[in-house]
Formats: sequence, structure tokens, C-alpha cells
Amino acid sequence: MSKQPWGILAEFHTPEQLWKACERVRDAGFTHWDAHTPFPIHGLERAMGLKRSWVSMVVLVLGLGGAAAGMGLQWWASTQAYPLVVSGKPLFSWPAFVPIMFECGVMGGAAGAFLGFLGLSKLPQHHHPLFNSKRFERFSDDRFFLSIESTDPEFDPEGTAWLLRSQGADHVEVVEA
Amino acid sequence: MAEAQSTLEVSEPVDLDPIERRPDLIEGNPSFHDITEAVARPLEWKAPLGWYLFLAFSLSLLGLLGVSLAWLIWEGTGIWGNNVPVAWGWPIVNFVFWVGIGHAGTLISAVLFLFRQRWRTSINRTAEAMTLFAVACALIFPAIHTGRPWLDYWMFPVPNQMSLWPQFRSPLMWDIFAVNIYGTVSLIFWYLGLIPDLATMRDRSTTVLKQRIYGLFSLGWRGSHRQWLHYERAYLLLAGLATPLVLSVHSVVSFDFATSQLPGWHTTIFPPYFVAGAIFSGLAMVITLMVICRVVFKMEHIVNMLHFDRMAKLILATGTIVGYAYATEFFVAWYSGNIYEFFAFKNRALGPFAWAYWTMITCNVVIPQVFWFKKARRSIAVLFVVSIFVNIGMWFERFVIVVTSLHRDFMPSSWDYFTPTFWDIATFLGSFGLFFTLFTLFVRFVPMVAIAEVKGVLPQAHVHHHNPIVHGSQGGRGQ
Repeated sequence: MSKQPWGILAEFHTPEQLWKACERVRDAGFTHWDAHTPFPIHGLERAMGLKRSWVSMVVLVLGLGGAAAGMGLQWWASTQAYPLVVSGKPLFSWPAFVPIMFECGVMGGAAGAFLGFLGLSKLPQHHHPLFNSKRFERFSDDRFFLSIESTDPEFDPEGTAWLLRSQGADHVEVVEA
Repeated sequence: MAEAQSTLEVSEPVDLDPIERRPDLIEGNPSFHDITEAVARPLEWKAPLGWYLFLAFSLSLLGLLGVSLAWLIWEGTGIWGNNVPVAWGWPIVNFVFWVGIGHAGTLISAVLFLFRQRWRTSINRTAEAMTLFAVACALIFPAIHTGRPWLDYWMFPVPNQMSLWPQFRSPLMWDIFAVNIYGTVSLIFWYLGLIPDLATMRDRSTTVLKQRIYGLFSLGWRGSHRQWLHYERAYLLLAGLATPLVLSVHSVVSFDFATSQLPGWHTTIFPPYFVAGAIFSGLAMVITLMVICRVVFKMEHIVNMLHFDRMAKLILATGTIVGYAYATEFFVAWYSGNIYEFFAFKNRALGPFAWAYWTMITCNVVIPQVFWFKKARRSIAVLFVVSIFVNIGMWFERFVIVVTSLHRDFMPSSWDYFTPTFWDIATFLGSFGLFFTLFTLFVRFVPMVAIAEVKGVLPQAHVHHHNPIVHGSQGGRGQ
């Protein structure tokens, strides 16, 4: 083999098998690996030793930013760009500006959730070596996969494949880069 | 039965979830693959003749909308029945009607998600799509109700040649922001939920064109748990943001009325009353649509009587809140001692539009009471008929609020009656054309049930055996 393969892909039938395999792979000290499932398996991040998502921070920052922008727009339009006294109210009659500030905050937060998810998940992605595997197509149907990259310091073609097989994988294959 | 089940211990009766000891949400104990097949079928099979006929019907109504709008722009708002005391006629009635319909989608997708109501997974995709299409219909009316849509940019805070800026103290401006942001956030929420399912369609596609299109929109999703982790956090936060948003949107719509000084509109009860009414009407529309779709697309086991039963209970609850609000309005009108306010309400119930008022009461308060009976909640015929009545009743509610409050002005000399014209009716029916066209295309090209979420509520999706923490302390719940 002239080219280094991308990694190893193991296929499991049930979430239970995948869960157990994830715990085993985590305990073996692997770092460049992932689980692929048709639906989110709750708590699998603990079996994989992952930390919680930072999407919340993006939402907080963009949400507050959106609210500030909403209030800022109204302040600027009502006091700087077009100062017009309406019903004897002060130019910056902020209580009347709260609904739009709130809506803009929600807009910022929602944009943050979506963009934060895309950014942290590194999506959209045009191609990924995993899609070279024909069997991998079933990750979005009814199979549960575990992939380990060859860049992982613990990676060793034979040993890693044996480890995954010992966890009850139905099929273990090498994925070309 | 697929292999996925065979590895599970089957010591419970088949229809009870082994952990929750509740009936299964999806009937027939399907495997993961069965769910994929059932949902993908309408997208992959040849469409039935009925689909083409319904699309043709919807497109003709859409054509009617086009003609109505063209005539409106050519001729002006004089083509409608609006007159001087009733300056807000059907366009505003239709706007509030459509925005309200949308609210049930957000209730089902966001509020029920936060309350961990897992039965929502069978219907949330369709309900969210309904929200988007209803908001699209709603947005037509503010855009055209002045008859001069080319001046719509006046509503937006954009620099312009007049150096004018919008009046941000006006609830009508709040409405612009609320409804547009509501539409955008609903679209983001819907699309985020769609990404894993579009990947499923991509991986199943048989033609290159399908693979390219679904591949483009699924953004390269590969179901990685490192991605699911961010995905689920984003989904939860979007639900958390959409919940106050949906409450604020119909509250702001109600401010359009409540902040005026007109008897019949100027009441503090409007925001909660409008929100309850909106959810009430939207749930009725969800039932109307689902009753038909589940049969046409053979998804009776995914959208089953359990789901209808729960939606019917929500209809009963929100319908009763609405009925209570009607009574409170009357009580306050009398108790306030304000003769104008009390006149406005007596005029509603006994005046020239009493027929509309009592239609509203019958459809919204009386008829939904049949849902106290389990037999009625589990009868498709009853559900369908009641949901149609609720749709009619909620349209009439907005008609009653708008027209009866306006048509008898403070000065009896300016009193008048309101009669819709042909073009009022044509524009309204046309908006149904837009709604049904979008919906018909949706069921054919987009998975109409959230595949990944439904798989997640199947009993075999739960990892029972070797993680007691998951199911012990936090119950392993969530969607």
C-alpha cells in the first residue's frame, strides 16, 4: 500500500454494541475517532469522553449582540437620524423599543445556534473519506458505525481492527483516504 | 422483523415501552429500517394520481391569488369591501388568521420539545412546514393591504431618498419585526431538523440528480456524534428561543389592536387570548392536514390515534381558554362601567353581526367540547369535522374582532355595514392556493416525518443495559 489509509470503520447492529465499543475505544486512549449513528444516542458523549458543546456560548454572544443591535438601531433612528417628537414622549422612549429589541435578540440567538452548529461541526463539507465506503451509507438508515483515523497515535492497522472486531463489530473495513 | 430487535430482551408485552411502561409511540414495533422506508416512500415512489389532481387544484387557486393581486395593484383597494368605519377589512382578518395557524407548528416543535413530549416527533416536521407556509400566506396581506406594495420598503429601517425612518413606537413596526423574525427562525429550526433526514435521502438516492440536490442541502452530514452533540445543543437552544418568540409574536399581533383606543380592541386580555386562539386554530389545521396525509402516504402507524388523542386534548384546552377569554371580555366590558365598551360587546352579540359572533361561539367553544369524550378524540371522522369547524370559527373570531369593533363608530351617523366583495373572497381563497401548493410540493420532495427523531423514540433506540446513570438520574429522555 503506497498511500496511508484514512482509517478504519467498524459496523455495529445495535446502539448497545456501539456504546460498549465506544467505552472500550475511549479507555484504550484513542483521540481521533468518532461514532456515526442514524439518530442521536443520548449520553454517548460520556461513553466517548467528549466535553459539552460550546454552541451555547455562540448563542449567548450573538443573542445579546442582536438585542443590542436592535436597541441601537432604534436609538439611532429615533434620536440621531430622525429626531421627531411623538405624543410628547422623549426621543429615546426606550420602553416602547423593548419588543423590537427582544425580537432582534431572538434573531441573533437563532442565527448563533445555526451558525455555531455549522462552525463547530465543520459543515458544510464537500467530501469526506468516509463516503468512499459503500457500507457507510447505512449510517443514515439503521447501522451504527465507529471510525478511527489513521492519524491517531494509538492507531495500528491490525491491532485496531482486532480491537473493534472483539467488540462485536459485524464488519470492519479499511477506509481509503 | 429486522435484526435490531432480536438482540433486545423482550420480556414486556409488545406494545409497552420496556422502560416507560407506556404504549409505544409508533405502532407495529417497526425496525429502524422500516421507519426509513415508510417515510422515504412518498419521495421515491411514483406520485399517486390524487397528488397531481390536488396540485392542479392548488395551482388554480394560486392563479386566482395572482389575478386578485394583479387586479388590486391595477385598480386599488376600492375592489374590496372596506369602507369608512370598517377601514380594516378582510386583509387584516386573513393576516391574523394565517399567522395564528402558524403558531401550532412552533408549539409542537419547540414548546412540546422543551416539555419532553416525545409524541411530537411523528408530527413536528409537518407542523413546522405548515408554520412556514402559513407565515408566507400571512405576509402577503400586510404587504398588499395598502394596495401599493411598491412602497413596502417604507416599513423597513433602510436608508432612503426621503431621509425618513420608521416610527418604532408603533405596534405595527413591532409586528414587522416579530413576524419576519418569526418566519426566519421557523425556517432555521425546520431546516436544522431536516439536515439528518436529507442525508438519509441522499444516501438512498437512485439518481445522480437526487443525490446532488439532497447532498447539497444535507451539507455533508455524516451522523457523527461529535456533530450530534453540537446539533442537539443547537436544537435545544433554538427550541428555547422559539418558545418565547412564538408567545411574543401573537402578543405583538394583538398589540396592533390592544394599543388602539377603540372599544372592543383596547383590552389587556388580548395577548394571552390571541396566543391561545392562535395555537387552537393551528392545531386544528395540523389535524386537518394529518388526517389526510397519513392515509394518502400510508403512515397510519407513525401518526396514530395516540397522536390525535393528544392533539385533541390540546384543542380542548386551548379552546376552553379562548371561551373563557370571550366570557372575561364581556364581564370586564360590563364591570368597567364604560358605556362605550359595553355597547361594543352588546353590539357584537346582538347587533347586525350577531350571526358572525354566534358562529364563532359555536365553532370555537361549543363544538370542541366533544373532545371530553375519548371516543371522539379517537374517531378520525369526528376529528376531521371538528378541526374544520375550528378553522372556520377562528377565522370568524378575527372577523368579529376587526369588523364588529369598527362598524359602529362613536358617531351613529357614520355607522355602516360591511359586505365582502368577490375580490375579498378571491384573495382569501387564493391564499389557500399558495398554502396548499407549498404543502403539496413539501410532501412529495421533503421527508414529511422527522426520520431521525422517530427512530430515537423507538424502544430499541434506548441503551438500557450498561449505563444506569443515563436512565437512572436523568431518565435518558429528550428527543
